[in-house]
Amino acid sequence: MMEELPHPYEKFLRMDRIPHIWCEGCGNGIILNCFARALSELNIDLNKLVVVSGIGCIGRVSGYINTDSFHTTHGRPIAFATGVKLANPELKVVVISGDGDLFAIGGNHFIHAARRNMDIQVICANNFIYGMTGGQSGPTTPLDSLTTTTPYGNIEEAFNLVHLAAACGAVYVARWTTFHTRWLTESIKKALQKEGFSFIEVVSQCPEIFGRYNKMETAIKMMQWFKETSTLQHLSDPAEAEIRPHNIMVGEFVDIEKPSYGRLLRELAARVAEKK
Amino acid sequence: MLDTAKVKLSKAEVHVIKERCKGCRLCIEFCPKEVLEESDEINEHGVHPPRVKDESRCTLCGFCSAVCPDFAIFAREKNCQRGC
Amino acid sequence: MAAISVAKTEVGRLGRRLFMSGDVACAEGALAAGCRFFAGYPITPATEIAEHMARRLPEIGGVYIQMEDEIASMAAVIGASYAGVKAMTATSGPGFSLMMENIGLALMTETPCVIVNVMRGGPSTGQPTMPGQQDIMQARWGSHGDYEIIALAPSSVQEMFNLTVEAFNLAETYRVPVFVLADEIVGHMWERVNIPEAESIKIVNRKKPTVPPSDEFAPFKPDEEDLVPPMAVFGEGYHIHATGLTHDERGYPQTESAEAQTKLVQRLCNKIRKNKEKIIRVENAMLEDAEVAVVAYGITARAALSAVRKARTTGIKAGLLRPVTLWPFPEEQVAQMARRVKAIVVPEMNCGQIVREVERAAKETPVIFLPKLGEEPHKPDEILDAIRSIKK
Repeated sequence: MMEELPHPYEKFLRMDRIPHIWCEGCGNGIILNCFARALSELNIDLNKLVVVSGIGCIGRVSGYINTDSFHTTHGRPIAFATGVKLANPELKVVVISGDGDLFAIGGNHFIHAARRNMDIQVICANNFIYGMTGGQSGPTTPLDSLTTTTPYGNIEEAFNLVHLAAACGAVYVARWTTFHTRWLTESIKKALQKEGFSFIEVVSQCPEIFGRYNKMETAIKMMQWFKETSTLQHLSDPAEAEIRPHNIMVGEFVDIEKPSYGRLLRELAARVAEKK
Repeated sequence: MLDTAKVKLSKAEVHVIKERCKGCRLCIEFCPKEVLEESDEINEHGVHPPRVKDESRCTLCGFCSAVCPDFAIFAREKNCQRGC
Repeated sequence: MAAISVAKTEVGRLGRRLFMSGDVACAEGALAAGCRFFAGYPITPATEIAEHMARRLPEIGGVYIQMEDEIASMAAVIGASYAGVKAMTATSGPGFSLMMENIGLALMTETPCVIVNVMRGGPSTGQPTMPGQQDIMQARWGSHGDYEIIALAPSSVQEMFNLTVEAFNLAETYRVPVFVLADEIVGHMWERVNIPEAESIKIVNRKKPTVPPSDEFAPFKPDEEDLVPPMAVFGEGYHIHATGLTHDERGYPQTESAEAQTKLVQRLCNKIRKNKEKIIRVENAMLEDAEVAVVAYGITARAALSAVRKARTTGIKAGLLRPVTLWPFPEEQVAQMARRVKAIVVPEMNCGQIVREVERAAKETPVIFLPKLGEEPHKPDEILDAIRSIKK
């Protein structure tokens, strides 16, 4: 008979708030799990980590993680994170948010933070839908999908987030699904140790809403879709990395070196000080 | 081929934190070695948490631990000091 | 803990008298108060504040960042403040409107910060290079939900310096966004400014927790006397969580409890209301024996003072009540004054904003409203005519 052992990642969680509100089989929980594992394997100083999230189901993650954390207004975690990182560069600042928060209302902040190469890591839970508000379409909802605001099928093309991030200048761009737990954890570790703007898209299941509306009503069915249709495409052209029903391209698409905004700002300050 | 006379495979033990399970069955379904099955018990969420069907098959791949959204299951090496 | 130095390094040319514009004086006031982070977006007539900060902040180890819009600017300001650095932004009407949602976030998370609105002609794009006083009510009510804020109205370039320092001190004391409501004239005009020695400038910093980090630490538990929680910031080991959702003292969301909503929202209002006496500032001129009063603020108060002086030379006992804090509005002071005078003249560069507060406080005492819109502020004679029109 096994004694009741605590889960090894409980130190990363606010245990007084567990169980979390996410549905059974929700990809958000898997993302949190992989993130905790990355923190564990890197032995990250939890006193110097700030997790920032926006509005949406995944936005609740900042309330579950046992670090300094902030839950912003809709779409604004990246802008908030920019202020944090510049004010105290010793902090590691990670944004974990959703597809609508980061790319609909928050799109402008994403492209500029990437352009500036702000030294922050952005993890996007892309579940193709606005789950928290009951299942409306968003900028990553696949063509023809059914949602509450596309009851006749979605006629909008979805963003290719990998392409968008790469085009805006992110130094590290990866996409995984929640099925690729080991790869995802490794990417998170890589991003946390890399200077500059890193972006990881996580194709994630929302079985209760997106799944139910689109004939994949269980977590198992959605994960089977991820497992069976994903293809590993390391360093292939981000422009071709769109997600199609029969092909979810995963892998690391960009991995380059560029000085971060913070580094350039410090160099600027040194030049200014020299002149005086 | 793995020479089991020379290489010792770890023995694994799987821990289920039953009251945390929300019954998504991802661990049961995707365990590559079919170590788990649904138990008969019902927990406070009204679902059947997993139970270990055959622990000897577990290779400690860690997938159940990684894929659980609720931190309700984890596997680790057995401490085999007094034999396993 | 912040890597950015907040030591009292040389701020401008301290301890000297200088000639500068209001916008620049505002920026220098912020630096004197210890501001080391500015995030903003160019907008007439506040752009010069950003430009001056862009030049000065790198000189003293601070950060200037030009964000992609005003929404991002306000979000970055909150982030910087939560990382422990005094932070501000500066804008005008259209940017002020964009910032409103995040001003609500600053209120809800009790973030000390300063927002300068150099007001121009509105509504909408309006007249970017012309003065206005049309955003007074917006400062008070512009974000959704119930809350209280503090707003200061400078009337001179010297006050652009002094009141910006005071704005930071108030923000740090009450953990609240504080507004400096200037107008295009005060922002763009040049006047002499006395910049005091650093040692004589009073600086207030946010209360810090008196207990070490622990699982029980409650970042939103207020001190009883002032209703303001001591502020732990990121990186100090407290593992704080803050959210714009209604929350409890641990900072955790409480989206279903009426008790939590009542407790929090009322405290956010009461922490200003309860401390009104310490916050409200009014400057009076010749008011003690006045039979006619003028209530004016910002650039309008300059003409009002002139009008009151002129009135006195002709034998009319006129006086000026100048609210320096527009919010909380000095109701008591206006009410007391209203009981002594025959009538009150309120000149404003809008269609009626502070005059409504005056009417409310003045009760039965007649109030004469003098609106003026466009390039020119009130002339002293226009105000004098209104004073003269009051029957003995």
